[in-house]
Amino acid sequence: MERHEYDVVVIGAGGAGLRAAIEARQQGKRTAIVCKSLFGKAHTVMAEGGAAAAMGNVNSSDNWMVHFRDTMRGGKFLNNWRMAELHAKEAPDRVWELEAWGALFDRTKDGKISQRNFGGHEYPRLAHVGDRTGLELIRTLQQRVVALQQEDEKLHGDPEAYIKVFAECTVTRLLKDGDAISGAFGYWRETGDFIVFDAPAVVLATGGIGKSYVVTSNSWEYTGDGHALALLAGARLINMEFIQFHPTGMVWPPSVRGILVTESVRGDGGVLRNSEGRRFMFDYIPDVFKDKYATTEEEADRWYDDQANNRRPPELLPRDEVARAINAEVKAGRGSPQGGVFLDVSTRLPAAEITRRLPSMHHQFKELADVDITKEPMQVGPTCHYVMGGVEVDADTGAASVPGLFAAGEVSGGMHGSNRLGGNSLSDLLVFGRRAGAGAAAYVDGLAKRPAVTGLDEAQTEALAPLERSGGENPYEVHHELQRTMNDLVGIIRKSEEISEALQVIEKLKERAKNTASSGSRIYNPGWHLAIDLRNMLLVSECVAKAALLREESRGGHTRDDYPGMSAEWRRRLLVCSAKPDGTSITVEEDVQPSMRGDLISLFERSELEKYLTEEELAEYDAAVKES
Amino acid sequence: MGYKAKFRVWRGEGGEGRLEDFTVEVNEGEVVLDVIHRLQATQAPDLAVRWNCKAGKCGSCSMEINGKPRLGCMTRMSTFEESETITVTPLRTFPVIKDLVTDVSFNYQKAREIPSFTPPADVKPGEYRMQQVDVERSQEFRKCIECFMCQNVCHVIRDHEENKPNFAGPRYLMRIAELDMHPYDVADRKESAQEEHGLGYCNITKCCTEVCPEHIKITDNALIPMKERVVDRKYDPLVWLGSKIFKRQR
Ligand SMILES: Cc1cc2nc3c(=O)[nH]c(=O)nc-3n(C[C@H](O)[C@H](O)[C@H](O)COP(=O)(O)OP(=O)(O)OC[C@H]3O[C@@H](n4cnc5c(N)ncnc54)[C@H](O)[C@@H]3O)c2cc1C
Ligand code: SF4
Ligand code: SF4
Ligand code: FES
Repeated sequence: MERHEYDVVVIGAGGAGLRAAIEARQQGKRTAIVCKSLFGKAHTVMAEGGAAAAMGNVNSSDNWMVHFRDTMRGGKFLNNWRMAELHAKEAPDRVWELEAWGALFDRTKDGKISQRNFGGHEYPRLAHVGDRTGLELIRTLQQRVVALQQEDEKLHGDPEAYIKVFAECTVTRLLKDGDAISGAFGYWRETGDFIVFDAPAVVLATGGIGKSYVVTSNSWEYTGDGHALALLAGARLINMEFIQFHPTGMVWPPSVRGILVTESVRGDGGVLRNSEGRRFMFDYIPDVFKDKYATTEEEADRWYDDQANNRRPPELLPRDEVARAINAEVKAGRGSPQGGVFLDVSTRLPAAEITRRLPSMHHQFKELADVDITKEPMQVGPTCHYVMGGVEVDADTGAASVPGLFAAGEVSGGMHGSNRLGGNSLSDLLVFGRRAGAGAAAYVDGLAKRPAVTGLDEAQTEALAPLERSGGENPYEVHHELQRTMNDLVGIIRKSEEISEALQVIEKLKERAKNTASSGSRIYNPGWHLAIDLRNMLLVSECVAKAALLREESRGGHTRDDYPGMSAEWRRRLLVCSAKPDGTSITVEEDVQPSMRGDLISLFERSELEKYLTEEELAEYDAAVKES
Repeated sequence: MGYKAKFRVWRGEGGEGRLEDFTVEVNEGEVVLDVIHRLQATQAPDLAVRWNCKAGKCGSCSMEINGKPRLGCMTRMSTFEESETITVTPLRTFPVIKDLVTDVSFNYQKAREIPSFTPPADVKPGEYRMQQVDVERSQEFRKCIECFMCQNVCHVIRDHEENKPNFAGPRYLMRIAELDMHPYDVADRKESAQEEHGLGYCNITKCCTEVCPEHIKITDNALIPMKERVVDRKYDPLVWLGSKIFKRQR
């Protein structure tokens, strides 16, 4: 079996993985990057809007404290506050560093990095390049890896001496020596041959889980591999019940269902209407936001020109509110012909202005849906977009509870609480990618001896099983049923009976997944790959459903029809998922959310905190304020 | 709404293969990649194809459709007659791994041969100041999604294996132009573009520009200006020196 020795193995080549690998290599560690797709194709490439960093280039009032507050509010105070603090403080440095590696962001008049407005951010804060910021980010990091390789070639005669990319290679198991990580096991997609990484530290940067849902903005890579690998290695996942449904995904044609329609459409004047032509968002302004949003169309329309004297249009409510409203309209039978609602910008702006401001949306609808958005409305509906939950990590180092295991990016949990703000993911990748890379390097430095690889036979047997069965289930069918189940029963609005039903279906699907058979050879065989991925999707779906069933409140990306209110008691409780030792099922336990540090909690007004905290916590707040 | 389409897909691995015929359902609004996926799910579970974003953003799903390099996810079935047989083959310039998946490592090799962004030593992160007009030219080239279709179509290496070692291909010649036009890059790239990366092989046929799904004007905006810079540099070294001094002052 092909075998490689490294100090640090990074699984994932998106923003988080690349930034982690760069850090580990810069700290002198021999580093491998493993990814399922070609180098430069990870999901990060799809991000459009930008990376949030309080540089204050457009509005100088912005600073890390404002960004911290916005992030906590967005997450409805469930965030790991230490992560939110580090993120807000370090994001500007991480963005500037990209520029020194060759990134070319859009500019302000005085030559600095331009920043754009986005939902939930008080000031213009998103560094961007048109609507292709993710591409710029990934290309820059990719090119930084190449720069390091060129350096190594000069120094050591081998570009891959210290950092090497193993592309189209899928990890299926983490390996351990006793309690600690000792490596990773996987297969080459191209040949089906197995590969073993012998390494004391592994950084998970595998992204999200959207492929467990039918309607999603996510790609095939998002099968929750890192989440499952962590579970199977004995690590804990938190906040798995929180999933962000972006309100506006395409709904037609079927081939593009779920593909994202950027929030900027609404920011630039687009309005949502139902089949009766009504601008229904006015009917869905929740009490907590009543004073911040316009109540008439006239006022809402004036806001675009005069923001000081008018309140915002309700189309610009937070993502979770808009997604729920659209869902309710469709359920009430007021949807568009293809099962969404209408998003119209054609009657709002002159055609030339639309093509200037929204070039890629114009292109996307024209090419894929035969819809000219300058002439007719789009049809849109909620789409599964981002998982807030993930591996529980130490904020400063990215370390998981298993020694030698680290996680960063979408696969980690805590930073975004119950709901992520747009733009906060790209900055998260950079800040915590770097920290996890450094954490892994420091961990390796502290080891007395290298751990030994064990468990190879089991890993190999498990991976080969679908190919060795004949006449079993079609993995595509099992996958499809899981997607339907999660979409319909643990989707945007949840209730106890439906979640329980989903859990029963998941149990049956687990049995069926054990019997999937893949025909064909080991060479680039997508049917086989999917059969292997099913294990991960099922484990992750079980986490989502079990945690969703337990959390009896509604908050951010978790809405319970039977518990519509937000509860201060529940805010203090984290739901922690772990796998039973044999890896066959999930247990969920409650843990206490640690209280915010005094200087951080003092950044908020008491009146705001009253909406979220218990009496006991408010007493802590009063004490903290008195002290400062 | 739906109809049965005739597809002819190249299948094979290990240097051997043939076109295989399929009849497959097509629904309204679908793209070629959807149909390939339906073949996977119903008739050919091990049919190999690359894809990620399904929205023309990642450049994974490059293939040749009726002989033309296209992104499978951006080629709508409605652009074909229902009676037409649609032939799908892998990119021709790169060795086939299996079915529609080719070995594109040539491109990553070339990427590594282009010296990286080289800023002046004394500018610190956060101190970069550039005007929008000055970054726009390089930004156009950074729209590249690395679909490698321009590399695939360029006649210098399509069917000319022997030229591969000496020719970076349009995507990476454009990368040199991008860096050369970066306001803070101080490396001299003109001579090496010509001598080491094969700019001279390009005879500006514009085939690369025609296939680029990002509509980047590779030939007009990157390759031709780069050729002009090389010529300027050959005749008058001061032109090059002058432009760099000018850049540094911004
Ligand atoms: C359409 C869209 C638009 C978005 N826009 C924005 C935006 O404007 N701003 C913002 O902040 N966020 C945005 N997001 C969210 C953001 O893009 C993602 O959360 C982020 O890119 C995730 O990065 P990552 O590094 O964690 O993982 P990814 O970039 O997804 O990378 C995951 C990597 O892990 C690898 N991998 C996975 N499993 C395995 C395995 N088993 N073995 C080996 N490798 C594996 C994959 O191959 C891949 O390389 C958007 C998301 C979408 C879908
Ligand atoms: S213009 Fe030059 S690089 Fe482009 S296809 Fe023609 S010869 Fe190749
Ligand atoms: S320049 Fe255009 S055709 Fe060439 S790789 Fe980039 S996106 Fe593809
Ligand atoms: S799948 Fe990404 S470009 Fe086609």
